[in-house]
Amino acid sequence: MEKSATFNNRLLPYLLLAPQLVITFVFFYWPASQAVLQSFKREDAFGLTSEFVGLENYQALFAQPEYYKAIWTTVVFSTLVALLSLSIALMFATQADKNLKAAPAFKTFLIWPYAVAPAIAGVLWIFMFHPSLGTLARPLRVLGFDWNPLLNGNHAMTLVVMAAVWKQISYNFLFFLAGLQSIPRSVLEASAIDGAGPLRRFWTIVFPLLSPTTFFLLVVNVVYVFFDTFGIIDAVTGGGPAGATTTMVYKVYADGRLGGDLGGSAAQSVVLMVIVIALTAVQFRYVERKVQY
Amino acid sequence: MVEHRPLRDFVAYAILTFGIFIVAFPVYLALIASTHDAATVVNGNMPLSPGTHTLENYYRAVFVGGSRTSREPVGHMLINSFVSAIGIAVGKIFISILSAFAVVYFRFPFRKTAFWIIFITLMLPVEVRIYPTYKVVADLRMLDTYAGLILPLIASATGTLLFRQFFMTIPEELLEASKIDGAGPFRFFKDTLLPLSVTTIAALFVIQFIYGWNQYLWPLLITTQDSMQTIVTGIKKMLTTTDELAEWQLAMATAILAMLPPVAVVVFMQRLFVRGLVETEK
Repeated sequence: MEKSATFNNRLLPYLLLAPQLVITFVFFYWPASQAVLQSFKREDAFGLTSEFVGLENYQALFAQPEYYKAIWTTVVFSTLVALLSLSIALMFATQADKNLKAAPAFKTFLIWPYAVAPAIAGVLWIFMFHPSLGTLARPLRVLGFDWNPLLNGNHAMTLVVMAAVWKQISYNFLFFLAGLQSIPRSVLEASAIDGAGPLRRFWTIVFPLLSPTTFFLLVVNVVYVFFDTFGIIDAVTGGGPAGATTTMVYKVYADGRLGGDLGGSAAQSVVLMVIVIALTAVQFRYVERKVQY
Repeated sequence: MVEHRPLRDFVAYAILTFGIFIVAFPVYLALIASTHDAATVVNGNMPLSPGTHTLENYYRAVFVGGSRTSREPVGHMLINSFVSAIGIAVGKIFISILSAFAVVYFRFPFRKTAFWIIFITLMLPVEVRIYPTYKVVADLRMLDTYAGLILPLIASATGTLLFRQFFMTIPEELLEASKIDGAGPFRFFKDTLLPLSVTTIAALFVIQFIYGWNQYLWPLLITTQDSMQTIVTGIKKMLTTTDELAEWQLAMATAILAMLPPVAVVVFMQRLFVRGLVETEK
């Protein structure tokens, strides 16, 4: 929709846009283009000279077994977090959607983890499951389970997944609840009269009508797991043990800061950019078309 | 529906109560830990009821800082967090309401281009261009400054899109009426657009305040002095002490303090927050 009534002024619109455009160019386009440039260059150890090396950084990157490991870790981590947080949130949302007297109170109590910083969520979970002082680690040991997320890679992954899911449930819950509340009651009542039980109604009516929400959430969740979980991973495991929880984003940070390999780090950034742009493009394609599955 | 109501409601209550338990338990433990002394917390047998060291722990965390770590006291970090979170929220609202006003209410060459230049920023979170952005901020001598903490994080289109969407729903007659009254762009903006936008502004403020408060990677990179760090990044340093045991009771007190402001904002501004969230994302 375009407005037909507008102001005529030559200079003013540019002045109004200026603050945002300046900030966007300085802090977005300039660094983003530098990242791309840097990924084709190699700097000496002191950062004094740099030479153009073409795709060498990318070749070096894809020759690293650690990079494939980071990709795999990212895939496992995002799949687990997205599936678990979506299904748990959907379960809570379907319950909160029933006409309960206390539903608003439940809603309030379920959405606040959205406001907890990922790093703080990580700190809470490492405290609960810390091998020597964790309140929940003790029962695990009593049961004969040798729980140690500081040494065992699978345990570390379990812990960051739990923290990330805990943090993300509230967000998914909100969107699912909004989606559920937009489904017309009359459709559900009609099928109930036709004798469809609650489960059947859920799978044949509710779930298909929720699919645009689910799809949207899936994309948003994957992007969340990619980027926002940095704080969780850094606070809980620092990418360890032995790289077991080093995701692609964490590796960009670790290689650039600790390894000092700016070209390699930039190449990784560019790979990530391509992935995120692809994901966003997919999302817009579907959201724009407003596909009803 | 046709199902037996009491049973159905009972199941719903049971599941939701379980949900609240999962959501609340980690925070409850942190709260309990922040009331005990160091020895009780680290021996691995911490009771599930409050201890007697609450005031001491919070006082030390806020005003003194950990004795073994010589870090900044949390009070100072809280101030840094407030300044940067409010700066991010206000800065973003300021730049995006102006640019949305320009894009919706003016016709000028490159209008579409300008919109797309802003729109594309949605695609790349700061995390993927982290080192180049760091370098820009360093070159501008903005390391360890509030400007460095704030400006790079407001360079995205979410606010602009939200305001643009909202302005599109405002009836055109309002603009025509103000024009007939002889109002120029500034008067229209101040007397008509701003009052109508109050709820949108408030919703965006809530979302951006939480976003800013919870930042981790960015402040971690660009603050080199402890005096500039925010509470969310500071807590990690309390746990990574090289030679001695971390003071978990202080770290948990800090975690509680770090959660309070954004959680309070979400709980008290729930309606606005939900509205802003759903509208920004879609």
